[in-house]
Parts: sequence; structure tokens; C-alpha cells
Amino acid sequence: MTDGHSADLAHEPLAPLSLHVPEPEVRPGGRPDFSAVAIPEAGSVRRPPVDENPEAMRDLAFSIIRVLNREGDAVGPWAGALSVDDLMQGLRHMMLLRAFDQRMLMAQRQGKTSFYMQHLGEEAVACAFRKALLPGDMNFPTYRQAGLLIAGGYPMVDMMNQIFSNDADPLKGRQLPVMYSARDHGFFSISGNLATQYVQAVGWAMASAIKRDTKIAAAWIGDGSTAENDFHAALVFASTYRAPVILNIVNNQWAISTFQGIARGGSGTFAARGLGFGLPSLRVDGNDYLAVHAVANWAAERARRNIGPTLVEYVTYRVGAHSTSDDPSAYRPKEESEAWPLGDPVIRLKNHLIRIGAWSDERHVQMEAEIRDTVVAAQKEAEAHGTLHSGGRPSMRDMFEGVYETMPAHLKRQRQQAGV
Amino acid sequence: MTRMTMVEAIRSALDVSMARDDEVVVFGEDVGYFGGVFRCTQGLQQTYGRTRCFDVPINESGIVGVAIGMAAYGLKPCVEIQFADYMYPAYDQITQEAARLRYRSNGQFTCPITIRMPTGGGIFGGQTHSQSPEALFTHVCGLQVVVPSNPYDAKGLLIASIENPDPVIFLEPKRLYNGPFDGHHDRPVTSWAGHPLGEVPSEHYTVPLGKAVVRRPGSAVTVLAYGTMVHVAEAAAQETGIDAEVVDLRTLLPLDLETIVASVQKTGRCMVVHEATLTSGFGAELVTLVQEHCFYHLEAPVVRVAGWDTPYPHAQEWDYFPSPARVGQALREMMEA
Repeated sequence: MTDGHSADLAHEPLAPLSLHVPEPEVRPGGRPDFSAVAIPEAGSVRRPPVDENPEAMRDLAFSIIRVLNREGDAVGPWAGALSVDDLMQGLRHMMLLRAFDQRMLMAQRQGKTSFYMQHLGEEAVACAFRKALLPGDMNFPTYRQAGLLIAGGYPMVDMMNQIFSNDADPLKGRQLPVMYSARDHGFFSISGNLATQYVQAVGWAMASAIKRDTKIAAAWIGDGSTAENDFHAALVFASTYRAPVILNIVNNQWAISTFQGIARGGSGTFAARGLGFGLPSLRVDGNDYLAVHAVANWAAERARRNIGPTLVEYVTYRVGAHSTSDDPSAYRPKEESEAWPLGDPVIRLKNHLIRIGAWSDERHVQMEAEIRDTVVAAQKEAEAHGTLHSGGRPSMRDMFEGVYETMPAHLKRQRQQAGV
Repeated sequence: MTRMTMVEAIRSALDVSMARDDEVVVFGEDVGYFGGVFRCTQGLQQTYGRTRCFDVPINESGIVGVAIGMAAYGLKPCVEIQFADYMYPAYDQITQEAARLRYRSNGQFTCPITIRMPTGGGIFGGQTHSQSPEALFTHVCGLQVVVPSNPYDAKGLLIASIENPDPVIFLEPKRLYNGPFDGHHDRPVTSWAGHPLGEVPSEHYTVPLGKAVVRRPGSAVTVLAYGTMVHVAEAAAQETGIDAEVVDLRTLLPLDLETIVASVQKTGRCMVVHEATLTSGFGAELVTLVQEHCFYHLEAPVVRVAGWDTPYPHAQEWDYFPSPARVGQALREMMEA
């Protein structure tokens, strides 16, 4: 034994190793248990100045910024940024998104489209975030941020035309339903793979800085996809170049059947991933419209003042299935969504508006009916252009267009061969 | 013999392999508790425990990278990439690491891993759930590339892949998971229950890698196909009445040149059919080999029918997917040539 460093262990029998594989607290058949999710009091988390040294605000990665308390009051240092009109508009956006989802889910079940992904329980995240952006800013979304379009005034009919792949589909039937693209509305083309957009958002923001522009970018990702390489690539580029970008993580607890602990590993929170890169990293109650907006505004201000990027984790819960292709009761208790301690974003904002005397149950019911009519009318208009298997559809020619700006000869030959 | 779907056959292959060999471990996204989004690993975690069948973080290069590390230790990982379209982040690990480890270490380290991935279209999956990337793997020396077309082969080929000492890319045509599909999307779906190749032994057996099989004997023209296109080619032969010999390649790399050459020398005509885009597709390799080995037997130019050179579309799925009508038309033209 000449390599002395192992000599001390040589006489001791070593205990066998074992592999740690994390498991959620509860599986189907068990009682939902969120006691491990620490929920701080609304209003209890401090609001640092936007130019505070990120090293001094590491605590924000381990708490949850909340504004609306149980009674429906808006409290604490993050409250007070939105007028009653703003809040009314926010409620309307979330209700529109929820009604839109209901109709499109039903349309999928009726065979009018192949696929759908809903936002149930997560409406506040994208709807409230959108209010912090200015015209010209760009989102790089995932498939669960249609709230950005709804709250940004993008026509619902165009969203439906895309979902139905009909002859008015702005994307010519090329894309899977809900994989929208709306450049003029600050909404980058969605890809069906994961995390690729996150680092692209950083590049867009770097370009804005290179060109001495004033626009900022927002990157979006889910809890599960933070495990992808592109997430880490985004953090290192954003950190190095102090890109004017908001790095959003929507932690809705579930990545299809995989609970968030698999992607989070030993890191206390997803927000804490940003600390190693020196990024200000905040956690916010994703079911609290006011808190989401306040944090988004804070992060947007940092970006606009050229101070740098911010990482934000929205703590929320995916009430529905991942998509129309899975059944959550196979991997989590059915009652879990009701046990989720942060409640429902629509009901919480509604209760706040009632609390401040700006709203009532009667008016809420009226608005629900009015919104349903709006969505049904839009659907009728969209269906007049066809649905996936009936009525108007994009042409076969559209399939060959747009691969390049100018169609090369080999593709022209193939199109001719196809007879179109 | 038991009746199995292709999903059940793949699950049975994994089960048999894990039962026989403690070194076999299975992991991937949603693969553990849930049993995979296509249910190919259902029940394995319950049977073999969480350290032999488990969920992983969503990171494909991580999945393949840790599989390589485990293989270097001595395990035989069989991992799942949820859709072939999701494999691109793992491409570096697959092509520059797994494929070359034996060569560059002169055999000190080897890489007996199997990478399963659902491939191909026919389910309205759009551009990121429908791709056929086989040519990206057949271009890489050190890899083996397998594409089964039925439950019997799927099980036997998967067991052979897991037992193989070198890395195997195992492409599962997802449209065949629950039944054969001949491209007639407007007809009622069929199940494997009524198909002879849905009869699968429940015990261990292998189908050797590198061996093609004549699925439909014929004398007029040879059709080289694999995966879903085997069924499309058979349908086209039947519907046109052209006596085509359909060769199911089963393994693309290493390729069973002998079976191909024997068939083409017999028929004097050859057509290649694949779902993947035409340009630089695996068909180009096949056509070249046929030209090299059968030139003086050929009575007509060798023809390819393939996916168009566009990203896989959503609404135009059936315009894109090589149909029995398109294959049949090409067969007729070839016979007139």
C-alpha cells in the first residue's frame, strides 16, 4: 500500500451505498398533504429596492411573496400598485382564459381538434405578468401561457383558428394546437420540445441591449423543464451579460406524472437555482394576481433600468391534466388540488374586489355569463372557418411553403409530384 | 403464446430482461411510477423497485450521459427518450460518447446501452411528436439502429438489443403501439389481436439484430421498408395487385445486405419507402447499395417514396404521411417503366 490516503479505510469494512430516488409525499389512494409547503403570511416578505445587491436578497429565494391574505385584503410592501380598474380587468382576463379553456377542452373531446392544454388554477401567472410589460417587449413562452395572449388583447378567434387548424389558422395548420405564434403581441413561436426558448429569450434581451433599445424579454419555463441544459445555459448567459430579461419559472408541482422534487433535487427551491449565478431570485404566490403583478413589475423595472436579469419562481398548482393525453388520477390523489394551500386565483381576486366594495357575487355571475357568450361567439366564428376534420382547412400547398424564404427547386419538384 | 400489443411486447421484453439480469436498469421521463406516457414500463417499478426503474429529471442528455456512466460501471441501462423528437439534447452524448467509447478506450470501457424512443407520425402529433430521425443515427459509426414493425419482433429485438454489448438505438413506431396501421386513416382502427405477429411468447427469446425478413414474397418488385411503412407497403401491393416483395429491414445498422440483394436480383426492381424526409434519408443509402450490388439486374431506376422535405405538419398529416395510394401509384409507374 503505497497510496497512503486510503490506508485508514483499509481495515474498516465499508457499508454499502444506496441510491436515493425521491418520491412525492402522497400517491393515489393517500391523503393529500401539503404540510411541507411553508406558506408565509401575506405581506410578511420585504420589498427591497430594485438596485439592492443581489447578495443581500438571497432570503427572497426561500420565502413566498404574497399580497392577498385569507380575508381578501391586500397587505404589505408589495401591495398597492394596481387600480380597481386594473384589478377588474385582471379578473376579466382570468375568467376569459378559464372559459376559453373549458370550451376548447370540450371541442377536443368532440373531435374538433387533436389536442389541448389548459391553465386551470394557473390563470394569474401569465395574466398578471402581462400587465408589467410594454409594447415591444417579447415573451418566450411555454405551452401554458395563453394568458399572455388573452391579457394582451390577442383575438380569441385567431387562437381558436390555430387550435382548429382551419383555413384561417394564422400558422397554416403547421403547428400542434396551442403552439401559437404572435410576434406583434410579444409572443414568440412555441415549440413542442422543452426549455429551448429559455436561452433564446436571453439572446433576444442581449440584442436589445446591443442595439441600445429599451425593450425587455421574458423567458418562461415549467418546474420540470428547469432540469434541461438550456435552462442552465440561460442562467449563465443572463448572468454574464446582465441581460434585460425576466427568467420565469412556473412551478405548478407536476411535470406530467413527475412531481417537482425530481427536477428540484436537493435545491431548497427552484428560485434558489439562480443564487449560484448571482441572480436576484424571488418566489411569489402564483395564485395571487396582485403579488404576481407586483413582482413582475419589480423585475421589469430592474431589466428596464439596465440593472440586470431577475429569476422569479411562481408557486402554483396544475389543477387539470398536463394535456388531453394524460389522466392525473393515475399518479396523484384526486383531491390534491382542493388541498392546495394557495387557493384559486379567480376566487381570491374576486373576494378581494368584493372586500373593497368594488364587486359582488351577483355581478360576478353576470360577468361569467357574459364571458361565456363572448367565448361561444368567438368559437362560432372560428368554426365557420372549419375544424380539424371538417369544413375549411389549410391547403396542401401551405405545407410546402415557408420552409425557406424562397422555395428551392427540390421542394418545387416535390410539390409538383404531390399534385398541388 | 400470448396476444400482445406492441406496448405489451416491449414491456414484456423489459420485464424478462430485468428478471434475468440484475444489471438491467430502466429509467426515463415519467417511466417509474406512472409507467411511461405510452405505458411501456407500467408495473416495472412495482416489481423491481425504485432503484431499477425510476423517473428522471427532464434532461435527455442527462439520461444518456448517466446511462453511459452506468454502463462504464458494468450495468446495462435501457433508457427511454419520451419521443424521438426530444432526443436532440442527447445527440452529443449518443454520437460522440456512447458510439465511440469502445473504440477510443480500446475496449477498456464499453457501452451496452439501449435507447428506446417512440418515432414516426400518424397520431396528429405535429412537428415535435412525429419525427423519424433514424438517418441521424445510421450516419454514426458505433451505433446500431433497430426499428420493429410488430409485437413479436419488438420483443425479440429489444431483448437482443439489451443483451448486445454495444449501444442500440431502438426506434418504436408509435402508430403501431396498439395496432397495425396500413395508412388508411379513414378506416376503423385495427388491433394486434387479429394479427399473427401479435402472438408473442411470454418467455425469453431473441430476434437477431442485423437480419431482415421477407414479409410478403413477390416477384415483380422489391419494396424495402421498416416500421409503419411495412404495413403501408403490404397494403399498396395488395391494392394495386402488383406482386411486390416487401422486405422488412428490422435493423438498419448493421444492414442485412444479403436479403436485400437476393430479393432485388430476383425481382429486378426496387423501391424504398420511409416516413422520414427524402433528402439524405436512409433511403439514399439503400438506393446506393442496391445500385452497387444489383446494377446489372435492374430493369428500372430505383425509386424512393418518403416524407416530403418539410417539417412534419399538423393539419396536413395525411398529405405528408406516405400513403398506400402514393406507394401504389409509384409501384404502377415503376412497373410501366
